Amino acid sequence: MARKLPHKDVVIVGLGWTGSIIANELCDEGLDVVALERGPWRDTATDFNIGYAADELRYNSRQELMLRPAQTTVTARNNAGQTALPMRQFGSFHPGNGVGGAGVHWAGITWRFSPADFRLRSHFTERYGAQAIPDDMTIQDWGLTYEDMEPYYDRFEYLAGVSGKAGNLNGQLQDGGNPFEGPRKREFPNPPMAQTYGPTLFAETAAKMGYKPFPIPSSLLSRTYTNPLGVTMGQCTFCGFCTNYGCANYSKASAQTTVLPVLMRKSNFELRTLCEVLKVNLDSTGKKATGVTYVDTSGEELEQTADLVILCAFMLDNVRLMLLSGIGKPYDASTGTGVVGRNFCYQMANQVVGFFDPAKYNFNNFIGGGATGMAIDELNNDNFDHGPLGFLGGGSTRCAPIGAEPISKRPTPPGTPAWGSGWKKAMRDSYLSNLSVGCEASSYANRGNFLDLDPTYTDRLGRPLMRITFDFPENDVKMSAYVTKKVGEIVRAMGAQQAVEYPRTGPWSTVPYQSTHVVGGTAMGADPSTSVVNPFLQSWDVPNVFTVGANVFPQNSGFNPTGTVGALAFRAADAIRSHYLKSPGPLVHA
Amino acid sequence: MTRIRLAIAAALLVTASCSVIAAVMAPALADDQDFTLIERGRYVATAADCVACHSLPDGKPYAGGAALQTPFGTLVAPNITPDRETGIGNWTKEDLRRTLREGIGRGGKRLYPAMPYPAYTRMTDDDIHALWVYLQTLEPVSNAVEANQLPFPFNIRLLMAGWNLLNFEPSSFKSDPQKSEEWNRGAYLVQALGHCGTCHTPKSALGADDNDRALQGANLQAWYAPSITADKRQGIGNWSVDQLIAYLKTGANHQSLASGPMAEEIQNSSSKMTDADLKAIATYLLDQKPSEGKTLAPLAADDARMRTGGAVYTDTCMACHGGDGKGQTFLFPTLAGSGLVQADDPATLIRLVLDGSRAVATDSRPTGPAMPPLGWRLTDADVAAVVTYIRNSWSNAAPPVSAGDVAKVRKTLAQAN
Repeated sequence: MARKLPHKDVVIVGLGWTGSIIANELCDEGLDVVALERGPWRDTATDFNIGYAADELRYNSRQELMLRPAQTTVTARNNAGQTALPMRQFGSFHPGNGVGGAGVHWAGITWRFSPADFRLRSHFTERYGAQAIPDDMTIQDWGLTYEDMEPYYDRFEYLAGVSGKAGNLNGQLQDGGNPFEGPRKREFPNPPMAQTYGPTLFAETAAKMGYKPFPIPSSLLSRTYTNPLGVTMGQCTFCGFCTNYGCANYSKASAQTTVLPVLMRKSNFELRTLCEVLKVNLDSTGKKATGVTYVDTSGEELEQTADLVILCAFMLDNVRLMLLSGIGKPYDASTGTGVVGRNFCYQMANQVVGFFDPAKYNFNNFIGGGATGMAIDELNNDNFDHGPLGFLGGGSTRCAPIGAEPISKRPTPPGTPAWGSGWKKAMRDSYLSNLSVGCEASSYANRGNFLDLDPTYTDRLGRPLMRITFDFPENDVKMSAYVTKKVGEIVRAMGAQQAVEYPRTGPWSTVPYQSTHVVGGTAMGADPSTSVVNPFLQSWDVPNVFTVGANVFPQNSGFNPTGTVGALAFRAADAIRSHYLKSPGPLVHA
Repeated sequence: MTRIRLAIAAALLVTASCSVIAAVMAPALADDQDFTLIERGRYVATAADCVACHSLPDGKPYAGGAALQTPFGTLVAPNITPDRETGIGNWTKEDLRRTLREGIGRGGKRLYPAMPYPAYTRMTDDDIHALWVYLQTLEPVSNAVEANQLPFPFNIRLLMAGWNLLNFEPSSFKSDPQKSEEWNRGAYLVQALGHCGTCHTPKSALGADDNDRALQGANLQAWYAPSITADKRQGIGNWSVDQLIAYLKTGANHQSLASGPMAEEIQNSSSKMTDADLKAIATYLLDQKPSEGKTLAPLAADDARMRTGGAVYTDTCMACHGGDGKGQTFLFPTLAGSGLVQADDPATLIRLVLDGSRAVATDSRPTGPAMPPLGWRLTDADVAAVVTYIRNSWSNAAPPVSAGDVAKVRKTLAQAN
């Protein structure tokens, strides 16, 4: 039996971006809040010490900041006809672990989704007719609008100190910004990052071709900044170690650099690290959560009762906890009924690598940052006419030199020998003179892609692993081929002697890293028959359970997800503070 | 068993009633539960930072502190809650007054000057009275503290009679009629309540303040507390009144962030003081002229130590502190023009490089950034070179630091850890 601990008002599972934002907001409401984090405490000076923060072997090759598969992992397969096998090393995506979560090792690219994203099915239906949406494409509306999200995007951007240039201020298009973005109420809190040669050349070329380039919105800061909570962040040094690394310079926004200094000072907040939550406990009606049961490093099971349970773990773990706890009806792919696990989506990570004349071009990609660079949005989402194309969606195209780590970044043109003097020469020639342009593209829900509990494999605590059933739908593969070809045209126009196109093609493999932008599984929406949580991220079935993370996305846009995740966290916190606490119960009656 | 418990309970009740009677019987010469007086007492305790020594980090306030390492041995600040057995519940106001003014506690026990009675001797009677009244309002905490853990012969308290004879004379605060009221308030806060000199004034071989060099910097507990006079090179002579207020109130200003013992002071004491008092302190300190210092020329840039130090700086320090040594405000201290950086005694600078340190976090500046420890990565010679470089770049000038200096600090830190 689990030992019962003194009651708390709120228990938060996972202390990353969303957990820390919500904890801070609810502590301001005077609530007694405890956060349970399965990983360790992490802090800049000790864990991202400038003397080893850029240790590629430690952080990239050996993934020190990521979840250890021995603690928990997932099984994966491409379709329901296969037997899923466990991932024994994380490859395709990198779940974070420890305080700050994946927000510690993210790149820092911080978009707003476009207005059409939030009413995607309605939008496509209006523009192309219902028949344009394939039968097995289960895309849907989010149950809210861009206008609903705008104030919360604003709050997250000012919390994180996002550096960028507005493209649309209150409906007025702004030179130098993204002309396709939804209207902002005000400018970014910080000016855009400086640009190195590669992105500068990309932007000049793209502009000549008629595109409208703009700086990538970056949560690596362009200058010293003090956020509305009073926390100060530093200017990015372009060290080039962001993705997979913690930031030693307080320059990359994370829970550590934006919220935790304030949150950890609050006497009504308590953090317990190295505590893994087993399940959410429900009362006998199954309509009310009584708290959670967790296990600490001594192996003891503990029960933390609370009035409010908020699941803020990595998205896969949020979905899994819902399934393990019996919250919401599990999705059944064979009948298309049920909701939990439905609409699991990913991100189509496409890329074109240009090899330039080493005598003329020196991009020195070693100077970089996860979110520096220039982008165009003409190839994204529904910013171009899909009528004649036979697919839907697109991606944000950007030249973003994220750094060129000495062990793993070994770009050589096709045909180069794999070893020996030929390889060495090609390596020498291309290290400084290659340049990548990526297109991070949409991933639309498909009836056959879903999450459920694995029937065979369990974790160390005896609980079924999360099983991923996923492959790239035909729509997304067609889209990838199209946008990658367009990107190839730009790279060739930039002067590349050779532009090698890497459109994402099936089958999905768990081995090479692609993107940690796994989304969906507990979709939000206005209709309980196709969503797990309402537009305030409250469970339809157990109203004192909320879940915040990319798991609530009904499908993925052609943008990185963190900006939207952060905005949703602020929105959920606001709904709890302004409405739920005054009258605990369902915030939406369907 | 039950009977024994009852007996104990009864005995307790009797004791409790007696104290009630005693309280009732005492003549009410003045209202000792007057709100204004209690509040003033609390403020005096805050300004005097009693809590810093007399509490454990996670313990009850004023119930006794952590071990204080002195050059003569270990002392522990006692329990000053009104507990009769283990605190000062049996004391009279006169006992407190003599403790503060004369360094002689209840029963004639002579105090060691780790208790800063050489500063508190200047406290006014009104402040002592208010402090006394306030301390009476605290929750009595039963916590026995062995204050004197000094080795023989220093553990003989009577020795302090001799020490006092040589080094101490009870006195009172003397205001300077030539100066403003504000300046004099600042002087009182600095000299008496704030006991700034306890850390910042150099000590004689016997551990007494060298008042000729008051506030010009001193080494204590492996930290060098820098000069807080208007010395432009080693002190804070380049700071404005407002910049000094910001530092004392928030722990950070345009140039610096407090860490180490000063972080504790800011957290417990100066961040809770009134703006008027902070302004008074700043007015007084920035009017303290240092003794004539020698003018120093910086080391030549092509000096081998400077070249090595520059290379280490570029590799390890520049990302935060900048190529120009300017740092980033409220996050990474400005090294250029810093008194701490240019202090003749480089102990704090060396220790920061070796061991790192977390800056204070306050409500108005909650960031609390930290200098990461780098001693695991840099040799003594590397540290000496980079510290020498920092001390002699961007118009800074200070004596070079040797690998031996670094080794000494490294050894002290290893012992303290």
